[in-house]
Amino acid sequence: MSKPIGEPAPAGETSHAIAECTVAESTDMLTRYQLLDPDGNYDPDTVPDLSDEDLIELFRWMLVQQIVDQRMVKLQRRGEMGTYASGRGQEASIVAASYALEEQDWLFPYGREAAALLVQGMPLRDLMLYWRGVEDANMQKDHGVFPPAIAIGTHIPVGVGHAWGQRLAGEDAISALYHGDGHPSTGEYQAGANFASVVDAPALFYCQNNGYSISAPFEAQTGAASVSQKALAWGMDGIRVDGNDPLAVYDAVRQAREHVVDGNPTIVEAVTYRLDAHTTNDDPSRYRTDDEVEWWERREPLSRYRSFLESEGLWDEIDEEAMRAEIDDWFDEAKAAADAYDPGGVEEMFRHLYDDLPAELEDQLAEFEAFLEERPDAMDYIEERPKR
Amino acid sequence: MNATLVEAVNDALHVAMEADDRTVVFGEDVAESGGVFRATEGLKDEFGGERVLDTPITEIGIVGSAVGLAMAGFRPVAEIQFSGFLPPTFNQLVAMASRIRWRTRGEHSAPMVVRAPYGGGVRALEHHSESLEAVYGHIPGLKVAIPSTPADAKGMLLSAIADPDPVLFLEPKRIYRTHREEVPEGDATVPLGEAAIRQSGEDLTVIAWGSTMNDTVEAVEAVEERRDASIEVVDLRTISPFDRETVIESVKKTGRAAIVQEAAKTGGFASELIATINDRALMSLEAPVQRITGFDVPIPMLAMEDYYLPNPPRIEEGLERALDAEGGV
Ligand SMILES: Cc1ncc(C[n+]2csc(CCOP(=O)(O)OP(=O)(O)O)c2C)c(N)n1
Repeated sequence: MSKPIGEPAPAGETSHAIAECTVAESTDMLTRYQLLDPDGNYDPDTVPDLSDEDLIELFRWMLVQQIVDQRMVKLQRRGEMGTYASGRGQEASIVAASYALEEQDWLFPYGREAAALLVQGMPLRDLMLYWRGVEDANMQKDHGVFPPAIAIGTHIPVGVGHAWGQRLAGEDAISALYHGDGHPSTGEYQAGANFASVVDAPALFYCQNNGYSISAPFEAQTGAASVSQKALAWGMDGIRVDGNDPLAVYDAVRQAREHVVDGNPTIVEAVTYRLDAHTTNDDPSRYRTDDEVEWWERREPLSRYRSFLESEGLWDEIDEEAMRAEIDDWFDEAKAAADAYDPGGVEEMFRHLYDDLPAELEDQLAEFEAFLEERPDAMDYIEERPKR
Repeated sequence: MNATLVEAVNDALHVAMEADDRTVVFGEDVAESGGVFRATEGLKDEFGGERVLDTPITEIGIVGSAVGLAMAGFRPVAEIQFSGFLPPTFNQLVAMASRIRWRTRGEHSAPMVVRAPYGGGVRALEHHSESLEAVYGHIPGLKVAIPSTPADAKGMLLSAIADPDPVLFLEPKRIYRTHREEVPEGDATVPLGEAAIRQSGEDLTVIAWGSTMNDTVEAVEAVEERRDASIEVVDLRTISPFDRETVIESVKKTGRAAIVQEAAKTGGFASELIATINDRALMSLEAPVQRITGFDVPIPMLAMEDYYLPNPPRIEEGLERALDAEGGV
């Protein structure tokens, strides 16, 4: 088959053997690990060892990603949410990778992976607060989730250091660094990757290659043919996996994790596609064609996984409508909680900046509060200022 | 032509690329999609992919290669998508761009422009709202310009591109589209390093730039109406090198000064202005110089950014303080 327009970098041959998809020699670089083909065909012997409940849960979390994306985008359009980055099209790659982690592992997100954070235990309400621009959302509760890294690449060396600490502390845990295909272009990524291989950090570099970095196709991002092959030069291992195949992603990350936890940092590159705009501020019609999007719509991961569940005889156990309704209710509840959340007053700007607030900042806060008392019109101005 | 600030930037780029084929425009998303704010719209169609280029996500690469391109005889105009992503370029600005001329004893130079939208107030994400002009203004050898009107944006950008030295051109994105005005056609430059008197007055000098300019003018009108005062408004326009003469002349005339700055208070450019006024016009002051600034905290995410930004009521209060204060020399 000739390369369809816009398919991100040469996706390469597919293989069912993970060893062949691990970048060890240049000839293997582009091979992609796949268990479920786009029509849902598979070899039953290769299905990862997951219980029926887990297989169904995987589907449910993919649905969560889809519904959260759709509803967040809608809220943004109604002015009830800030800029939002949807992961539609990437449900398999977002969910299956995080599903393969252990509870004690840490996740360093970058922004386009709502369900991964939820799988890790972040409350949906807090995810909403984050995209509404409330700092409190980043409070670390009982889940190992670092705040999203909006400045591209910034979380990579930090995640590497965290992983290094996990190894030094003798923990049986890793740090999973989610990132996009644009991230390896940054200096911080390159510094972090090199460092990781030197200190044997249990860091899993998880790249969702969704074809674009805002408007730049992968080919404009690098002269390399893949992200996984970059691992070689940094002294790490790389695996290229079909990102729209949840079983392959799960299996690859699961196996990579075993390797990583022993102090072998690894890049897993999931080849997928972003079906929505980059963010709610972006207009993708400026840089990609409808044909290309349709090509990928036909390879959309949920349908592929549905047909797998059918073949396994598990689909009968799933009432998708009921599942959707339940997720919608969860979303409604979380939204009500986010609406009811009191983000506090001006003192919140000063809280947590230092352990002990310097006197000058105490003065700035006191003066500002006195001023607002005296000039209620300033508060009206804040509340009524046009937001765009 | 009648244009908004961002349209004026776009027009300047068209004019500069047309006039000199050594001008090369590059940055993230500038070519195919015309820039996230549409500042580079249409350039690729008109001038082609060799001169208008989408780059990988590497601010270090963008600014560092601009230095090299400039040394090779080109006129790079690089875009950094948001000023919050300038920090990775700091080393290239400090170690290379700003001192190529100096360290090669004039043999080489880096005539380049780095454009970046700066400032808060558009409900952007974290790290998209920084106002660190004082930090860049502190780098010897680097010029830092900040227009506040469409006509200045065009004229100053053309001057920056023609400038023989590196210029950091910060564009106040909050007012990218808030107002339009007549912008001269063609190669109409506005010099760098010169402040502008936006309105003249007798009782108080207010100094502002870029993102706070419109709010300052609004506050000035309110105060003038309320108390029959006459206020002079100085738009600094260039942070480095800044126009000491205009500032000093104005303060000598009015005897009072207030400075409006969106950036955090401590170590901001207002501090430099006050030091200069003390050096050169202390004996003319009827009262201490007042400043209206952001707080010494990061610009909060969107839910709280309006608490941070100096808004017209806060500016008004500062102006009243400046008018009422006593205790000059
Ligand atoms: C340092 C930095 N430069 C530029 C940006 C603007 N920006 C935000 S997302 C993005 C593209 C990211 O692409 P990729 O890594 O492929 O991830 P994707 O968004 O496609 O999932 C860019 C350029 C940024 N946030 N940080």
